[in-house]
Amino acid sequence: MATLDAKIPEGPIKDKWTNHKNKINLVNPANKRLIDVIVVGTGLAGGSASASLAEMGYNVKSFCFQDSPRRAHSIAAQGGINAAKNYQNDGDSVYRLFYDTVKGGDYRSREANVYRLAEVSANIIDQCVAQGVPFAREYGGLLDNRSFGGVLVSRTFYAKGQTGQQLLLGAYSAMNRQIGKGKIKMYNRHEMLELVKVDGKARGIIARNLVTGEIERHSAHAVVVASGGYGNVFFLSTNAMGSNVTAAWRVHKKGAYFANPCYTQIHPTCIPRSGDYQSKLTLMSESLRNDGRIWVPKNKEDVQAIRDKKLKPTAISEENRDYYLERRYPAFGNLVPRDVASRAAKERCDAGYGVNKTGEAVYLDFSAAIKRYGTEKALISGEKGASEARIIELGEAVIEAKYGNLFQMYEKIVDENPYKTPMMIYPAVHYTMGGVWVDYNLMTTIPGCYAAGEANFSDHGANRLGASALMQGLADGYFVLPYTIGDYLSNDIRTGEISTDTPEFEEAETAVKTRIEGFMNNKGTKSVDHFHKQLGKVMWNKVGMARNEQGLKEAITEIQEIRAAFRKEVLIPGTAAEMNPELEKALRVDDFLELGELFAKDALERTESCGGHFREESTEIGGPQDGEAKRDDENFAFVSAWEYKGEPSDAVLHKEQLEFNDIELKQRSYK
Amino acid sequence: MKVTLKVWRQKSASDKGKIETYKLDNVEDHMSFLEMMDILNEQLILEGQIPVAFDHDCREGICGMCSMHINGEPHGPDRGVTTCQLHMRMFNDGDTIYIEPFRAKGFPVIKDLVVDRSAFDRIQHAGGFISVPTSGNTQDANATPIPKPDADKAFDAAACIGCGACVASCKNASAMLFVSAKVSQFSLLPQGKVEAKRRVLNMVEQMDKEGFGNCSNTGSCEVECPKGISLENIARMNREYLKASVSSSE
Repeated sequence: MATLDAKIPEGPIKDKWTNHKNKINLVNPANKRLIDVIVVGTGLAGGSASASLAEMGYNVKSFCFQDSPRRAHSIAAQGGINAAKNYQNDGDSVYRLFYDTVKGGDYRSREANVYRLAEVSANIIDQCVAQGVPFAREYGGLLDNRSFGGVLVSRTFYAKGQTGQQLLLGAYSAMNRQIGKGKIKMYNRHEMLELVKVDGKARGIIARNLVTGEIERHSAHAVVVASGGYGNVFFLSTNAMGSNVTAAWRVHKKGAYFANPCYTQIHPTCIPRSGDYQSKLTLMSESLRNDGRIWVPKNKEDVQAIRDKKLKPTAISEENRDYYLERRYPAFGNLVPRDVASRAAKERCDAGYGVNKTGEAVYLDFSAAIKRYGTEKALISGEKGASEARIIELGEAVIEAKYGNLFQMYEKIVDENPYKTPMMIYPAVHYTMGGVWVDYNLMTTIPGCYAAGEANFSDHGANRLGASALMQGLADGYFVLPYTIGDYLSNDIRTGEISTDTPEFEEAETAVKTRIEGFMNNKGTKSVDHFHKQLGKVMWNKVGMARNEQGLKEAITEIQEIRAAFRKEVLIPGTAAEMNPELEKALRVDDFLELGELFAKDALERTESCGGHFREESTEIGGPQDGEAKRDDENFAFVSAWEYKGEPSDAVLHKEQLEFNDIELKQRSYK
Repeated sequence: MKVTLKVWRQKSASDKGKIETYKLDNVEDHMSFLEMMDILNEQLILEGQIPVAFDHDCREGICGMCSMHINGEPHGPDRGVTTCQLHMRMFNDGDTIYIEPFRAKGFPVIKDLVVDRSAFDRIQHAGGFISVPTSGNTQDANATPIPKPDADKAFDAAACIGCGACVASCKNASAMLFVSAKVSQFSLLPQGKVEAKRRVLNMVEQMDKEGFGNCSNTGSCEVECPKGISLENIARMNREYLKASVSSSE
């Protein structure tokens, strides 16, 4: 049985990474040419890892299910990327970024990993600028920053509302350079369906060519899983339609522990759902909370009038609005962390103050910011005594320059002009902090199998702060993995090429083919989406923003039933020997149906509330924190790492105790 | 609302393909175009037919995966949107909608509405990068100030999502808008100037090899581009190309 050793280096926290790098084994450049590495996924983590490893000299084989590596879902990240540059001279430092991230994660992340993340963050910005990433700049030509939730400094670098796109295109361009040189062999439209282990080590994958349907064997000396998060277990999420857990779940089933599956981020500012046909939800960047104020009407009569379309939100006077985040959290106001903001929105809507027909929406209002910016702009441009209309015009132009693409996106979806009337928003599933368990070197419990980016669990604890996902993806891929993987691969310089003509590859390939044939011969009566939507409903209602024992127990049974029905009744048209999107979906949903159960089991086991995991049984009663989430450090300051044992219900829990030597465990207050 | 769909069906690259007609009578205004396609596919699956294959992923207009020629226009009748952001409120009850794949020599059809755009990747392999190591040991990000207008223009060019609508809309199936966006982004930034000559020559050479046509300035690409990439970029690329061609080699 694998052991749970996080392999955290000795020494003071600020020296750990440097010391570790100085001590680990290296592979000489000539030998790197003899070593192959498979990277699954081409988002920020996978793309940057592929480019870096290839540049160092390894032979990289990169896989993505999309038609090009540039399509990976990191592309959709909007708001920004954190880095402890302290360009704004507002007291930022590596320590403060480290502290904010650990606190933001509700003290459920590993100190040493988070410190390293903060430490390399500044290099990421240098690296990206050198690659030609067009970050926002001030008139003086220097980089601009903005602020994100849960922090008191401005350390977020951005490129309008398309930061993820620009960073990913940076990593993609670095990949292109290596693809052009032949150092990366790119496999577009390929999906990893199995991990191959030889003598206990990860030595390859089985992948399906999504164009021809062919099942292929690919070998390597190490396998990196950078396949993103599993938010689509909820069916509706801000993830891309193809985002899936398959690669991560397959390595889990082959022996990698899966950590903290119940830690999910429900993002507070998404466009509310409009109907049953809805296929996905769209995020409105957290950066909007820099300038937008969140409110619902104070009076229920106004709520009703709005729902009946008899009253416009702009007609409600200031004193009849409840800016509930500013009221409840005066210190952080509209910039509280995501989990706090989401729960507060749910609380108001559950109490009957939701402002759309479904009762699940609150307002995000820019009118105050438009006036403030307009006044400032009028003064700068010497327009003394500008009319109110002129001020609004100027203010709208400032807002457009900052968030234009987001406002356009909103208008296209909702068919309302957010410059003139407040946006309607509601929380939606966005990011998963849980993932494959990794040690300090990002290695899973399978030797030679690594997990990076959102696919691993390591840096965000129970709640991720805004603009930290991009930072972690690039940190893992550019600066961590390239060092740590060498330590392992230094033992493989004499191994030679791994043959795919072995019983292990044969067995893995047969297993994949049998699974696919099972689905093709099923001749059921219902579509894959039918079951995926059922799963999503159970997850949202019982394993969503608020969880309790009874609901979680019901969820586990219901997911088991849906899984059994799915395997019996699903219908896959066409054949497996061609492009078949329904088959692709079926294989992903099959894995979601197993993960979903483990997810609920993990949530049931953790009877405390922490970060994105809110147990209704565990809240503060009385005092200034009345009604807030209540953490239980005495019993739950550990990482839950689950070992696969056949069925999700049989999974065995291993605990990695979290030690906090540099940060004091405190109530996470944003009041 | 009710709509009639005329959809291009083609089993594989070697199949001839033809238009099939489908009727949908439960379409709502607020649906996105792709959600309408989901409903069509659900219907086809339950009838025992093969659903329509189409590319899509993020469904929020940024990944560039969705394509489709809708009523003769890439990404359909709305402006500044991709197909996934197109909503059914742009159509009327009783409309007949023609849905075809992007058509260009450089984009062969794989199946139904899915085309192969890997030519775009190959053009990027030829020079769509700045040759900087990924070590992070470069100069400080603020060491070289970049005038805001240049940075903004570089950003506007970099906003290209690589969907291929420019090619699909062009009567010459030219990829000039796509290629010039990348060339412009880098040529506007000091970091990209070092390799500017080699970049533009290599990328244009690869573009020609892939079978994309030349630009004859009709400007349809700019109109159909969901991200508003400007024709100015083509002019800039032509200048860069000319400069690189007439000046001495490196």
